[in-house]
Amino acid sequence: MTTDNSGDVRLSGISKTYGSFTAVHPLDLTVPQGSFFALLGASGCGKTTTLRMIAGLEEPTSGTVHLGEQEVSNLPPYKRPVNTVFQSYALFPHLDIFENVAFGLRRRGIKSVKKQVEDMLELVQLGEQARKKPHQLSGGQQQRVAVARALINHPKVLLLDEPLGALDLKLRRQMQLELKRIQTEVGITFIHVTHDQEEAMTMADTVAVMNAGRVEQLGSPTDLYENPNTTFVANFLGTSNLIEAEVDTKNGGDIVLKAGGGKLVLPEARCSAPTTTGGKVLVGVRPEKISLTHADDAGEIAEGRNRITGRIADSSFIGVSTQYVIDSPVCPEFEVYAQNIDRDARLVPGAEVVLHWNPAHTFGLDAAQDIDAGVAEVEEDAA
Amino acid sequence: MAAVTEAPPLAPAPETKPPRKRGRLVPYWLLLPGILWLIVFFALPMIYQASTSVQTGSLEEGYKVTWHFATYWDALSEYWPQFLRSVAYAAAATVLCLVLGYPLAYLIAFRAGRWRNLIMILVIAPFFTSFLIRTLAWKTILADSGPVVSTLHTLHVLDLTNWLGWTSGDRVLATPLAVVCGLTYNFLPFMILPLYTSLERIDGRLHEAAGDLYAKPWTTFRKVTFPLSMPGVVSGTLLTFIPAAGDYVNAELLGSTDTRMIGNVIQTQFLRILDYPTAAALSFILMAAILLMVTIYIRKSGTEDLV
Amino acid sequence: MSVLNWLKRHLVVIAGLLTLGYLLLPNIVVTVFSFNKPKGRFNYQWQQFSMDAWKDPCGVADMCGSLSISLQIAFWATIGATVLGTMIAFALVRYRFRARSTVNSLIFLPMAMPEVVMAASLLTLFLNLGAQLGFWTILIAHIMFCLSFVVVAVKARVMSMDPRLEQAAQDLYAGPAQTFLRVTLPIAAPGIAAGALLSFALSFDDFIITNFNAGSTVTFPMFVWGSAQRGTPVQINVIGTTMFLVAVLLVLSSMLIGNRRNKQKA
Repeated sequence: MTTDNSGDVRLSGISKTYGSFTAVHPLDLTVPQGSFFALLGASGCGKTTTLRMIAGLEEPTSGTVHLGEQEVSNLPPYKRPVNTVFQSYALFPHLDIFENVAFGLRRRGIKSVKKQVEDMLELVQLGEQARKKPHQLSGGQQQRVAVARALINHPKVLLLDEPLGALDLKLRRQMQLELKRIQTEVGITFIHVTHDQEEAMTMADTVAVMNAGRVEQLGSPTDLYENPNTTFVANFLGTSNLIEAEVDTKNGGDIVLKAGGGKLVLPEARCSAPTTTGGKVLVGVRPEKISLTHADDAGEIAEGRNRITGRIADSSFIGVSTQYVIDSPVCPEFEVYAQNIDRDARLVPGAEVVLHWNPAHTFGLDAAQDIDAGVAEVEEDAA
Repeated sequence: MAAVTEAPPLAPAPETKPPRKRGRLVPYWLLLPGILWLIVFFALPMIYQASTSVQTGSLEEGYKVTWHFATYWDALSEYWPQFLRSVAYAAAATVLCLVLGYPLAYLIAFRAGRWRNLIMILVIAPFFTSFLIRTLAWKTILADSGPVVSTLHTLHVLDLTNWLGWTSGDRVLATPLAVVCGLTYNFLPFMILPLYTSLERIDGRLHEAAGDLYAKPWTTFRKVTFPLSMPGVVSGTLLTFIPAAGDYVNAELLGSTDTRMIGNVIQTQFLRILDYPTAAALSFILMAAILLMVTIYIRKSGTEDLV
Repeated sequence: MSVLNWLKRHLVVIAGLLTLGYLLLPNIVVTVFSFNKPKGRFNYQWQQFSMDAWKDPCGVADMCGSLSISLQIAFWATIGATVLGTMIAFALVRYRFRARSTVNSLIFLPMAMPEVVMAASLLTLFLNLGAQLGFWTILIAHIMFCLSFVVVAVKARVMSMDPRLEQAAQDLYAGPAQTFLRVTLPIAAPGIAAGALLSFALSFDDFIITNFNAGSTVTFPMFVWGSAQRGTPVQINVIGTTMFLVAVLLVLSSMLIGNRRNKQKA
């Protein structure tokens, strides 16, 4: 296999507009070679359009696409060393599985395809089905055929357009691991488009969160989760509690803020908002980072922890954890996930409690943003 | 991973090329031959016909465009009964086609199960048999001494239809009833196929949902199925009424001089009497009426569902 | 359950089957009367059973000649209409372009226009151009009115085709020509075949337009028309029955082939 070290995918100033509608605002993106990269976002955010511009199935309104050193922006899809796994698999109904997988090889003029096709079918565990037609296979099997059909061509980049969307939960989990395994084994760059944030975080080395045609934040799943830079990312990946606070002073590497009569501490490095005294900041903390103590035991809480008082409005026992919703003067609906180790029987709706957490787990966001951006709404458009 | 063949090297990318709009002219090249054919052999003749209708002259002297619009007036005043008759017969046939055809289309779409293909074949296959031969068969079916007419006679149905003016004497042949029968028969497939297409698109689960919401079968039909099948109904009506209005074969084979439709007149004028201006005028009136109907339809429903 | 209830439940089916009967009755009559031995010139009354007509199908003067002409015209008209119509259908479904509604209207009108109007105006055109009426004028007319039906048949099939299949083909290194030959055409084939079949039937069976523009050429429908005045030989029933059987066999076999191909690679 050619070892082409300059195989980074580089999008420079890529944009796509349809008439007056901008699907993708000019964006720059570099996908390191050999990485598993995820484009994550809700439907309509522009992630599929971006993917299709890399594939050549959409012409960019502006900007360039580079694969390594080669500029491919104006090349039609059949001239790019890139293959796509489509959302609905797009298997050719009039050809059997063997011919489907062999399609790309044949179009490139390769004569003897038998060995390669058989090897590839073995790789995705479909050796027995070679002569069946697509409609005779299950959804999961079709999906593997789609992957095989793309991979057999040794593309520089494999593009996956929400390939697991049509599968049921268990199968999806299985395929996620499967794809990750294949990518590690094969070593090709995978660019995976999905709206499922768990999927993105499980599979990808790097995730780019997209919203309304722009990339909100790019980084490893851990970075994005633990230190979101925008409210959208904070709310879209998992759940966040966002508290409106005002900057009071700075103390060493920490910022001290006032909120609801109390003080909160936030490391300056974890604050992506401007921090002038008196300025507004959204202080964020994830629900699982918070400890819940009954108000009577408030004295036992360690020093140096951020603390808030409130009353339990709701509690749901999930099994693995208990999820609480707290009413607090500082923040209306505060969510806390308490791991189910020892259950305190006093923690029932109506109880007065103190919430506390390690300041190092706090992150800060620009208060000018929409506090509800990225929160899942009831009326979702069908993906 | 089995490192098999390497991907063949791909062409080096061109230097700086402006983003090209790929194949923007392709659709026009695809359309050109067919549309040209239709323009020359469909649209253009219509214009020639309009021009002929305002010409005067004769076969010996030749024809010249004299803008002799009186031809229209003369034609209309002489042949308005045939126009009216054509509209009446075509309307009757269309209604009958709808009433008869809808159950069959519904049956094929929803109730046929594994018989669907067979029934479709039986609907379409007669198409392939010469319609003239089949129309002539009606002469046998509706023969004076045949079983059908005898039965109608015994049941006194003929008395009723005589009174309505649809038949006369004790005959069905050579009466309006026979012509309408023939028209209905000939144009049924043109009603059934669009209806079927429209019905087939309806999700069967809508019926279930309606039933779940307390609708009786007839109500479901009235409130859900029929409205959703409207595009097919309209399309089928257009494709039935219009050709039927201009038909002359049924009137000629199954009717009499009293049942002559406008199509018969045009045919006679064109092929026997050779009065081209009059024939062209009549034809133009018919065509104009139809264009008007189609235009109204297009205004209401757009052109995307037409073809 | 009571008879009335059973009737109510199956009303639609009964009504539908009655209509089907109405549609097929003439065909049955045609077939039955192909075994007739009529007394006079016309074949409208049953006399006695006889295989004479079947044994001597071309016994009537000029009939088989007209049959041959009709078949030839139908063949060439089908080729012409299918090629032109398929191209238009693809343009309509796969591309965006201006004048779309004009094109749609232009395609629709020949289907809706009474034949007598189209026949008359075409005749006017040919007369004005001084063209000789005969085989070629008939052929031209037939291609004209069959076009629209091919467009409808092909368009229906192509519309139900996932456009991503063609994108997938391009993604897998198939250029435009390859994509069309390897993916688009094979999948659209049933629609094209249906259009061709329809075109053949319409052309073979056409009377009105042909009658106006034939000059002295006689096609099979024209022969039948003439015979309605002169005398209807039993052989036309033979031809009619044969055509019906051929049509049924053709459609049946195409369905069976389609089914078998699906099962074969199991």
